[in-house]
Amino acid sequence: MFYLGKDQLTDKTQSLTATDHADWRKHFALLAKTSKYPALKAFYQAGVVTASTPISDVPMVALDFETTGLDSNRDSIVSIGLVDMSLTRIRCASARHWIVKPETQLHSRSVVVHGITHSAVADAPDLSTVIDELLLRLQGKIVVVHHSPIERGFLNAALKHHIHEGIEFPVIDTMALEARFSRKLSKSLWRYLMRRNLASIRLTDSRTRYHLPYYRQHNALTDALACAELLQAQCATHLTTDTLLNTIWS
Amino acid sequence: MQAEQSEVLDFLRRHPPFSTLPDKESANVANNVEVAYYRADSTILQLGQDNHQWYVIRSGAVEVFRRDGQLYNRLGTGDFFGEQSLMLNRPVRFPVTALEDTLIYIIGEQTFNYLFDNFEHFADFVEVEDQTRLRQSMAKREDDNGLLTAKVENLITTLPVTVCSSTTVHQAALRMTEENVSSLLITRSSTNQTEPETQVIGIITDLDIRRRLVAEGLSSEIPVADIMTTELIYVQSHQFVFEAMMLMLKHNVQHLPVLRKSQPIGLISHIDILRYESENSLFVVKNIFSGQSVDELASLIHDVQGCFTRMVHQDANSQMIGSAMAVVGRSFKQRLCELGEASLGPPPVPYCFLALGSMARGEQLIVTDQDNAIILSNNYDPDLHGSYFEALANFVCDGLARCGYSYCTGDIMATNTRWRQPLAVWQQYFSQWIEQPSAESLLHSAIFFDLEGIWGQTHWAEQLNRLIRQKAHKNSHFLACMARNALLRTPPLGFFKDFVMETDGRQTNSINMKRRGTAPIADLIRLHALAIGSSARNSFERLKDVIEAGILPPGRGQDLRDALEFIAMVRIRHQALDIELKREPDNNIEPEYLSDFDRKNLKEAFQILSSAQRYMKFRYQPGRVN
Repeated sequence: MFYLGKDQLTDKTQSLTATDHADWRKHFALLAKTSKYPALKAFYQAGVVTASTPISDVPMVALDFETTGLDSNRDSIVSIGLVDMSLTRIRCASARHWIVKPETQLHSRSVVVHGITHSAVADAPDLSTVIDELLLRLQGKIVVVHHSPIERGFLNAALKHHIHEGIEFPVIDTMALEARFSRKLSKSLWRYLMRRNLASIRLTDSRTRYHLPYYRQHNALTDALACAELLQAQCATHLTTDTLLNTIWS
Repeated sequence: MQAEQSEVLDFLRRHPPFSTLPDKESANVANNVEVAYYRADSTILQLGQDNHQWYVIRSGAVEVFRRDGQLYNRLGTGDFFGEQSLMLNRPVRFPVTALEDTLIYIIGEQTFNYLFDNFEHFADFVEVEDQTRLRQSMAKREDDNGLLTAKVENLITTLPVTVCSSTTVHQAALRMTEENVSSLLITRSSTNQTEPETQVIGIITDLDIRRRLVAEGLSSEIPVADIMTTELIYVQSHQFVFEAMMLMLKHNVQHLPVLRKSQPIGLISHIDILRYESENSLFVVKNIFSGQSVDELASLIHDVQGCFTRMVHQDANSQMIGSAMAVVGRSFKQRLCELGEASLGPPPVPYCFLALGSMARGEQLIVTDQDNAIILSNNYDPDLHGSYFEALANFVCDGLARCGYSYCTGDIMATNTRWRQPLAVWQQYFSQWIEQPSAESLLHSAIFFDLEGIWGQTHWAEQLNRLIRQKAHKNSHFLACMARNALLRTPPLGFFKDFVMETDGRQTNSINMKRRGTAPIADLIRLHALAIGSSARNSFERLKDVIEAGILPPGRGQDLRDALEFIAMVRIRHQALDIELKREPDNNIEPEYLSDFDRKNLKEAFQILSSAQRYMKFRYQPGRVN
C-alpha cells in the first residue's frame, strides 16, 4: 500500500465507520441486475456471505494496490497483489501479483516508495487486460485491506475508466479495526487532548503490536500478505471465532 | 506476472534446511506455503490429531510437550516441527503450543515429501534434527533399546567381498560359496592404476543370480556386470541401525553395503537387523505405550500386521515371530490396564492381570483369541470391590477386542467372574484340577497351565506356576487326564489331490492349521513339560527341557521341534499372505494353495505329530508307573 502521512490517516478512518450498505447481499443482487460488463455482472451474481456469518467461516482475499499517488481521480494503479485467506490460513499458492501500466505519469516521488520504475511499467500490460481475472479472484470473497479508501477508490475509478462502470464491495479494513482495538481508551478526555499520543495504526506499526515479523513494505503482494497476517492476529487477539462478520466489515 | 512471495523466500533462504535447496525449489516452497498466526498459549498441534503439514516458525516461539505434559523442547525462529508425523505417517505424539505470539509458515505434506526424497542435504538436516530429538527422548526411557542408538558399524558381521565387473557370474558364484556370503560388491574393472581406491559400481546377490540369470535361462559365463544391481542403495557407517532398516524396507533390498567415506567397509543383511528388530518389535511396542486411548491403540492394528508380515519376509523363524507378537499382545494388555486404571481410578486392592495360552507361551500370531484372567488380592471383598474389577475387566477385554484380539469363545476372560478371583481361590482351582482331576474338568483348563502375570502383582502368577510345578509331575492321574484331552485333536493323514485326507478316509477342503497342527503339538509338549516339572513356558524351550530329561525316544524330540516349526511357519506364511491380499487372516488353509514341497513336508510333520501322540498315550496311560 501507499505510504500515508499521519494526518491523512486519521481523517480517512473517520469516514469508514459508517456503512452505507448494511445489507450487502441485497445490494449485490441489485447491482447484478444493473451492471453490464460480464465479469462484473458475474462478480455481483456470485453474491456475498450473509452478515451474520461467523468470521471463522468467511472466505476472504487480502488485497493491496500500489499507486502513483493518493488521489484516485488523478493517480492510477501500478501494481496489484492479492492472496486468499481464512481466519486460520493464508494460502500463498493462491497469490497473484500484477504490475500494470499506469494511466497517469509515475511521479518520481512514488517511484521512491514502491520501487516500480518507469522502465518496469513500460512493458507492463494495461490494467484492462487483468480486470476479468481480478474480478474473478475477488468473486464470492470478502476483501481484506489496510485502509480501504485506497483499494475501493482506485478500483472503482479504474473500472469506470476502462469499462465505464464503477464497483462497490464490502471490505474488512484492518486499519479501521486497529483504530478500534488500539484506541479503545481514546474516548477519555485526556487521550483526546493528547491526540498525538495515539498509537500508530499504520501497517508496520500495527503488526509490531502483535509481534508479527518485519516485512519490507510497498510490494503489493507482500503488503497483501502482511495485511492478511495482521487480520489473523487481530482476530486471534481481540475477537472470538464466532464473532459475526457484520461487526467487522463495512 | 509470477506471484513471488519475496519475504517468505528471503526468510527461507536464510535458514537451513531451505538454504541448501536450489533457488528454483526454495522459490517454489515460498510460493506455496500457508501462513497461520497463533496467539501465545494457543494450541498448534494436538496430541493424537492427524497431521499432514510441516511447520516452520517464522517468528515467535513454541513449546513441545511429552504426552505426560512434561516440557520436551522449546523452538524459535527458523526451527520446525511436525516432521515426525510426516515421516512416520502417524498422529501427533508431541503436542505443540505457542509460547509467544507466533507466525508459522506451513508446508504441505507433498512438498515436504518431495524435498525429503529429492534433496539429500535437506533430508539429512531434517533427519538429524529429528533424530537428535528422538534420541534424547529415547535415552530417557528406561527400556532403552539399542536399535535406535546403535550405529550401523556395530552391526557389521560380514566384510565386503568384492569382484570386478568383468568377472563371470560363475566365478562370482564360486567366490560367494567360498566366502560363504550371499552377495558381492562389484568394482569397476579398470586397468587405470591411477585410481588406487576401489569404486563400487554395483551389487549382486543370490536373488539376482536366481532371478536375472537362472530364471532367464542365461549362461553363467556372462560378466556379473550384466546382472548386477547398479542403483546401489547403501548406508553410511555412522548412520543408525533403524535408518538402515528403513532403507531396506523402502527399497525392498536385503543387503546394504556399508560405506565409510565412500569406501566399502562391510555389508549388513536383513538378518543382522532382524536380530535387533525381533527382540521386541520396538516401534510397534513404543507406539502402543504412547497410545492415549482405545481408539488410538485400535488404529495400530495395521502396524502390528505390518510388523508381522515384515518379519515373515525377513525369514524370521516361528519362535522369533511368536515371541515378537506375544510382546505386542502383552503390551496392548499392559497399556489397556494402565488406561483402565487411569479412567477408573487406582485399584481398591492389588491384582494381577494374567495372560493365558499362546501369549503366555510366547507363541502368538495374528489370528488369536484373548485368553486372560485376573488374580485378586485375598483381601478382595466382592461387595466393595466387585464393580471396580468388573469394569476394569470389561475395559481391557473390550479394548483387546478392538485391537484385533477377538473374544474367547470359551469365555476364558477376566470378564467372567469365575476367572476373576482372589489368589486363594486360584490356588484351590489348581489344587483341584491337579489332585482331583477328571478329563471333563480339565477339558477347557489346559490353557491355564500356560500362565503368565503381565500387570500388577505378577509374582502371584509365579506362585501359581510354582504350585503347578510342585504338584503336577507327581500326579499320574492328572497327567493321564491331560493326555486323554490332548488326544482329542489330531492331525490329518495327509493330502490327496486338493483335499485333506483324514485317517478314516474322509476328505475335506481345508485344514485348520491351529486346531490340527500347532495346538495338538503345544498340548503334547505342555504335558511332557508338566511331567518333568519344567519351568519353561515356550514350547521350544519346554521341548529342550523334555529332551534333556530323556523321557522321549532318541531323536523324537528333535523331530517334534522341526515339525512344530514347519507347521507353525506354514500357518504364519498363510496369515501373512492373507494380510497382503487384504483378506481377513485365518487359520484355514486350502491344500490347493500349498506347494508340493509344503505338502510333502506337512505330511511328514503330521506323521511325526501322530506318532508323538501315540507315544504320549502310551506313556501317560492310567496305571503305568513312570
